[in-house]
Amino acid sequence: MALRTLVTRKALGNSVAFRQQLRGLQTYTLPDLPYDYGAIEPAISGEIMQLHHQKHHQTYVTNFNKALEQLDDAINKGDAPTVVKLQSAIKFNGGGHINHSIFWKNLAPIREGGGEPPKGSLGWAIDNHFGSLEALVQKMNADGAGLQGSGWVWLGLDKELKRLVVETTANQDPLVTKGSSLVPLLGIDVWEHAYYLQYKNVRPDYLKNIWKVINWKYASDIYEKECP
Amino acid sequence: MSRSAFCSSGSNLVPKTTEALNPLNRPKKHHYLNGRQRTNLYQKNHRASKVLAYYGLRSPPYKLDALEPYMSQRTLEMHWGEHHGGYVDALNKQLAKNDLLYGCTLEELIKVTYNNGNPLPEFNNAAQVWNHDFFWESMQPGGGSSPILGLLQQIEKDFGSFTNFREKFIDAALKLFGSGWVWLVLKREEKHLAIVKTSNAVNPLVWNDIPILNLDMWEHAYYLDYKNDKAKYANVFMNHLVSWNAAMARMARAQAFVNLGEPKIPVA
Repeated sequence: MALRTLVTRKALGNSVAFRQQLRGLQTYTLPDLPYDYGAIEPAISGEIMQLHHQKHHQTYVTNFNKALEQLDDAINKGDAPTVVKLQSAIKFNGGGHINHSIFWKNLAPIREGGGEPPKGSLGWAIDNHFGSLEALVQKMNADGAGLQGSGWVWLGLDKELKRLVVETTANQDPLVTKGSSLVPLLGIDVWEHAYYLQYKNVRPDYLKNIWKVINWKYASDIYEKECP
Repeated sequence: MSRSAFCSSGSNLVPKTTEALNPLNRPKKHHYLNGRQRTNLYQKNHRASKVLAYYGLRSPPYKLDALEPYMSQRTLEMHWGEHHGGYVDALNKQLAKNDLLYGCTLEELIKVTYNNGNPLPEFNNAAQVWNHDFFWESMQPGGGSSPILGLLQQIEKDFGSFTNFREKFIDAALKLFGSGWVWLVLKREEKHLAIVKTSNAVNPLVWNDIPILNLDMWEHAYYLDYKNDKAKYANVFMNHLVSWNAAMARMARAQAFVNLGEPKIPVA
């Protein structure tokens, strides 16, 4: 009883997040980068990392939360047309949040192991499936450079077939849209905002250089978890 | 047999080009040899000659620094020179390998390669060449403000007011997911103006509508000048760049194809 009188809306102000948590709605927050903005240079400039994280990713998070709140309202009101109409905003902004959260973990400064080739079972699986790491890199670079418009190029694991795949997705579609059993190991953002300030329209150069800071440890960890 | 099986205007007599021959690939002058060799050379070339058509990179109707400070010279150099130029070069390379598509105007090529939603590889390049040509002409130094006369009347009829149209246009630009374009089109069937968003290279020609204005919302169009601030870019476009002169000219031409109102028949 006492607890309830203390915890009034007026006392806590109109905190949206708190209200949402009272209703049980999960909100999402921008994850921190595990390294400084300038730590990935010269492969990706600090300016791009800062804009990419603080502006682009933050916008996806904000709009994702907004869309989810609107969805929650619509579900509670039984407003089916609005529920359906919100799906594209959720897919886009939610996908953007998911994809970028993976992307930050896919990169690491060189002194923390960025660029070191994968060892262990993932390295063996790559050699087995693609022939060599170089072949995989070439394939991903070709697919990434050939992607028209905005999107991502992925190294994924089909956890049912226990097989590595290279896929591309458009806009902010997460990898699962290409197959529900696909787990993303590595994603490379080929939206122009990911490289334009530094590489201008030369996407192939960006793709060539990003491999120097790819964090294979993270990809290996995910792989070993799914394929013990 | 018609060289261009797909385009209605195709003929096997002369390849149609929409632009001047690409100066970099202009045929070299023949050297004058002794009579016999010259004849052989002529016969050899005549038998093996393959006529190639080129699309050229059309310049914007203003200097590259004319849109400062709203669109920087650096952006125009990159966007026109590298992106737009890149699409032209890529298209020419593709057409060199596939001469079934010769003899088309650029607009026909776009409609044919769109293939009703299952686009052929040439579509992306052809459509982007057209889209960018249209985009440069949709802007002018000292642009902005609002249209007058017939186009303003039509906008007020179809959107309520110019302010409402402007709001809807900018809203469409901000709500576009991924790369694409925002268009003001005259819909041929419905006979009214509309705002349309398209993805990547798609343009309203594929639905047989008549574009009046467009705005490039690919990130390369604004990133150097505005970084991620799409709202500022779209507002600057409407306030300072958009060429209502171009729009009115296109609207006037469109009215030759679409009946917008009842004709005023004077009573004797």
